[in-house]
Amino acid sequence: MVSRRNFSIIAHIDHGKSTLADRLIETVGLISKRDFHEQLLDTMEIERERGITIKSQTINLPYQTPNGQMVELNLIDTPGHVDFSYEVSRALACCEGALLVIDASCGVQAQTLACVYHALEHNLVIIPVINKIDLPTADVERTKEEIKSQLGLDPEEALLCSAKEGTGIENVFKAIVERIPPPSGSPEKPLAALIFDAQYDSFRGVVVSIRVFDGEIRPGDRIKLLSSGNIHQVEEVGIFRLRRESCPVLSAGSVGYLIAGLKDVAETRIGDTVTRQDRPVAVALPGFREMKPTVFCSLYPISAEDYPGLADALARYVLNDAAFVYQRESSAALGQGFRCGFLGMLHLEVVQERLQREFQQSVILTPPTVQYRFWLHDGSNLLVDNPFHYPEPARIRSVEEPYVQLTILTPERYLGAVINLCLKRRAVQVRHRFLRPGHVEIDSQLPLADVIFDFHDTLKSITQGYASFDYQPDCYRPADIVKLDILINGEKLDALSMIIHRQKAYHRAVQICEKLKKEIPRHQFQIVIQGAIGGRIIARSTIPAFRKDVTAKCYGGDVTRKRKLLERQKEGKKKMKMVGSVMVPQKAFVAAMKIEE
Amino acid sequence: MTGKTDFLENFSEPAGLYIHVPFCRFRCPYCDFCSTTDLTLIPLWRKSIVEEAKMWAEKFPFFDTLYFGGGTPSLLKITDLAWLMKELGKVFSFSPDLELTIETNPEDVCPSRMKELRAWGFNRISLGIQSLSDENLSFLGRRHTAAMSERALWETKEAGFKNVSVDLMYGLANQQKQNWEKILLRLLKNKPEHISCYQLTIKEKTVFGRRQKRGEKLSATEERQEELFLVTSAILRSHGYLHYEVSNFAAGEDLKSRHNLKYWRRQPYLGLGPGAHSFLKNKRWWNVKQVKKYCQMVLDGQLPVACTELLSGQQEKLEKIFLGLRTSDGIPANLVSCFSGENFSLLEKKCFLQRKGDRIVPTEKGYLVCDVLPLWLSGDWPVLTLPPLPEK
Repeated sequence: MVSRRNFSIIAHIDHGKSTLADRLIETVGLISKRDFHEQLLDTMEIERERGITIKSQTINLPYQTPNGQMVELNLIDTPGHVDFSYEVSRALACCEGALLVIDASCGVQAQTLACVYHALEHNLVIIPVINKIDLPTADVERTKEEIKSQLGLDPEEALLCSAKEGTGIENVFKAIVERIPPPSGSPEKPLAALIFDAQYDSFRGVVVSIRVFDGEIRPGDRIKLLSSGNIHQVEEVGIFRLRRESCPVLSAGSVGYLIAGLKDVAETRIGDTVTRQDRPVAVALPGFREMKPTVFCSLYPISAEDYPGLADALARYVLNDAAFVYQRESSAALGQGFRCGFLGMLHLEVVQERLQREFQQSVILTPPTVQYRFWLHDGSNLLVDNPFHYPEPARIRSVEEPYVQLTILTPERYLGAVINLCLKRRAVQVRHRFLRPGHVEIDSQLPLADVIFDFHDTLKSITQGYASFDYQPDCYRPADIVKLDILINGEKLDALSMIIHRQKAYHRAVQICEKLKKEIPRHQFQIVIQGAIGGRIIARSTIPAFRKDVTAKCYGGDVTRKRKLLERQKEGKKKMKMVGSVMVPQKAFVAAMKIEE
Repeated sequence: MTGKTDFLENFSEPAGLYIHVPFCRFRCPYCDFCSTTDLTLIPLWRKSIVEEAKMWAEKFPFFDTLYFGGGTPSLLKITDLAWLMKELGKVFSFSPDLELTIETNPEDVCPSRMKELRAWGFNRISLGIQSLSDENLSFLGRRHTAAMSERALWETKEAGFKNVSVDLMYGLANQQKQNWEKILLRLLKNKPEHISCYQLTIKEKTVFGRRQKRGEKLSATEERQEELFLVTSAILRSHGYLHYEVSNFAAGEDLKSRHNLKYWRRQPYLGLGPGAHSFLKNKRWWNVKQVKKYCQMVLDGQLPVACTELLSGQQEKLEKIFLGLRTSDGIPANLVSCFSGENFSLLEKKCFLQRKGDRIVPTEKGYLVCDVLPLWLSGDWPVLTLPPLPEK
């Protein structure tokens, strides 16, 4: 029987996870150093640009030990941002061990700790790897000390390496083979395989990434997806090398892929169990959390005629992003569009950027919101994540909003600034403790709404990038929430309505009124822009009517300049939306939705 | 050379000739037009104009208007003008009833000079009076006074000119209606045959542009501009002038600027000199702006053209509409599609447009929005809303 190890690499952002992965791939000889594309596993353009992993990638590494034994190593790459912790959990459930990469200069960071927690949750063997030891700022001893004091791991087990230079890589392989246990499970038992990822291939349909725990799977097998009960016939199974390589069978312990004529990624729920129709397992495999969107907003095409294009792009996009959910919606101001759910703001930005780059779809985003709970007078409660569904104010007894448990690690010199930031974001129960001299961990509970928007950027800027943070959903707490509407000449701009904390509503309303005033062109009549809560106007700006639009003189027969202006103005019509009798440019929506403190 | 009549047979439509004189003694703080204060370039420029003329002789053999614009054409010596007239006469043919205009600053008018201009065939003088208020004149950075202006007007008429046009500027910061009315009425006493009234517009790359950017208020509010525009039209029309173009008034049908009408009626014209624009059939082109570069190219035997464009049918139609709607000629009703019928009804109801026989013509109120009117009429922009200026 083939010897196998299934492992993952976990790390804080920028600690060198991808570089280490690249070096492992190179060392087993899957690719020569010469045509090595930096950070092979981060295939998406955005990932490469931002230096973070968004989609999991998997690769099978045929490794020969010094005594000549062949071991099949399955490296399951994990995403590296808090927004994507769900993907981390899926990937980790398929592993027996994990390499915990720690930057020798930075030491243990917030995300490092979060990774360890995740790994322990899945009972993984953790191999600490102290990376970037070649840097002059590297402090191996301090890092070891942190591994002991902050992570509770044995610092003597830590490996030293420089993934960039290629030093210490052989020890990494050795540790994987020696310390991580081979997968248990029996090929004789009924088939039980976990879906941990799915990618869409335009020729083959959905390519499902699986880890086989028990049994075997071969082409021709009739398989059943436990959550839906749907039956499919397997067309192909195989392993991930640099490309997919088909093989006759995947048996217990293997990681690989299956193709079974699935047309839609949504059909293959991440975390689902695959079994055989003729000999099914009784119970589904445990260990997966359901992916739940936390941030919601609507996407509208820039111009109405782009709607079919956007619909098509989303349908194709979602094939590769099971965490993204959307449904049709229509707005009086913006026409046909989509209500969408995201894992967080980064996820939202990534979706927006990918739509732009991969599908050439520019979109208008409505203000992002979280999911609020409304308690009504009749005793029932309602979860609302869309201002369109805001209940009648008379029916509302109270409102609650989601809070998160937030952990921030920061050097001591920023403690005051960070606590201030937390308090400004309505934090409750702010506690801090010194992890070691000069380093503080701050724990607090914050409304999710105050964390998702620009908390990350603000925290980074007030701490010059030194602080890091992670958060977990906590509970719902009472909140003073209102619905802010924006009116243009009395007509509601529904796409700009937002559910917002009462204290912030006034400021936001003034901001939006001013922004719209700048962006909306003048008309032959006065335009009044108002911010309103219920029937109460809390902000107002006006655009006076224009009285003339005439150029005094066509100098010396220059007709071209005027004609070109008219031609461009004509084109501009496409970028306008009619609200009542007022023309509102698309960029007015974009500007109004930019969040500023 | 063949006789003039032969040309007339070949070319049914006589063209307009524009000569750009890019020289000024001083630069006016509101003007962004092509000019230089380096007067030593005049001899070179003069030669280049004639050389450029030769390059176009075949395409434009026959003109019925000739217009010296600037710049400040009146700073040219009579000998320069005489030489140009003589040389151009060798290259082109001019109609016997040629409208021959020269823009002239009031400070350059003197009886002897005006007589000589008459002698060289000039029959229309466009006087850059700008205002009859000394305060306004000094605000505009002009070097003449109201009294000099009136004297210039009188001396021009005295020299025998039967077609004198006056340029005025209004809409200066804080300009009151009464102030402007007074200027107009004072001018009317002198009975000019033609009046052009331009609203002060602040251009970015001028002294005024920079001052405005710093927060200074240089032009009147929009409400005031609107008021002054309507007052101008009302007063001049009550004195028998035809408001035949947004900014232009003529004391009679024959006193309209024939040369400028060619721009609005899309009749052919040739522009000679730096930055000058030309139009023939479905082609527009314009010259390089820099005086030195212009001269260099021409004297190297090269056409000094900076850019040429070939108009599509759609572009021609757009031009017809927006140029037509600047004038009392308006446009043929059949130029706008039936789709626009609804828009026309609305614009008619709102008193921007009216129907005159088989033509659609702008009202006074329509002139005020004539930049956007074509878009409203064609349905390319919703009526009553203003398109934003496109980003650069």
